Amino acid sequence: MSESNSQRGKTFVLLALMVTFGSSGDVLLSQGMKQAGELHSWAPGAAIAYFARAFGNGTLWLAIGLLMLFLVSYMLVLSWADFSYVSPASAIGYVLVALMGYFFLGEHVPTTRWMGVSLICVGVFVVGGTHPSTKQSP
Amino acid sequence: MTARTALFISIVVVAGQLGDLSLSRAMKTVGEIKRFTPMSVLRFLGRGVRVKWLWIGIGLMAVAFFSLLALLSWENVSLVVPATAASYAVGALGAQFLLGEHVNRERWIGVIIVCIGVALVCI
Repeated sequence: MSESNSQRGKTFVLLALMVTFGSSGDVLLSQGMKQAGELHSWAPGAAIAYFARAFGNGTLWLAIGLLMLFLVSYMLVLSWADFSYVSPASAIGYVLVALMGYFFLGEHVPTTRWMGVSLICVGVFVVGGTHPSTKQSP
Repeated sequence: MTARTALFISIVVVAGQLGDLSLSRAMKTVGEIKRFTPMSVLRFLGRGVRVKWLWIGIGLMAVAFFSLLALLSWENVSLVVPATAASYAVGALGAQFLLGEHVNRERWIGVIIVCIGVALVCI
């Protein structure tokens, strides 16, 4: 396997981990914040009390754990790949988030939003066709 | 979409992208990781935390994160998360002008398609 293919392969693996951890973390974050209720006042005392209550929620901590794993995967892939590659390529996670929001949280996802999510996927595939690191591309 | 939701989405996008760009700069300073054993990853992360751009990035990401938390307390995740995809245009511009990356035509086309997708999502 050439160095170029090897780099592309490990980029895809890290992107898959990023998307999985990031999407699961986002959905659990949403669930945890819904359980905490709406933030009504940004007064310092009220905001601190609100976040203290929110951080007492186990779902929120599970979300934070998954988002930490997302951050580590992100840091690893950015050590060699362009930000302008990694950032749009990771948009494939929007499909997962929409699916999880629909199936696990029972949210209504209208047709236009599904179309938008599909278009985002097309954009991701176009970006995915470029080399992850332009500094090492032929 | 309410004005309050639009304001918070803007904060999430701008602070988040500046944070990501700072993180990318930090990781390029550390250099490419070659081995993925637990010790190699820990050593890599250890080198990363000594780069100031990582902390600047984490600070900006924290601003974006807490704004996202607040936003998710009143909006649905299936609207909020796709709407923050406007980050891709901001991020590509930042990568080109702040990080000096070569964002070629194909990548820009991909980013524009993603942005059209975002516009559809937000209608």
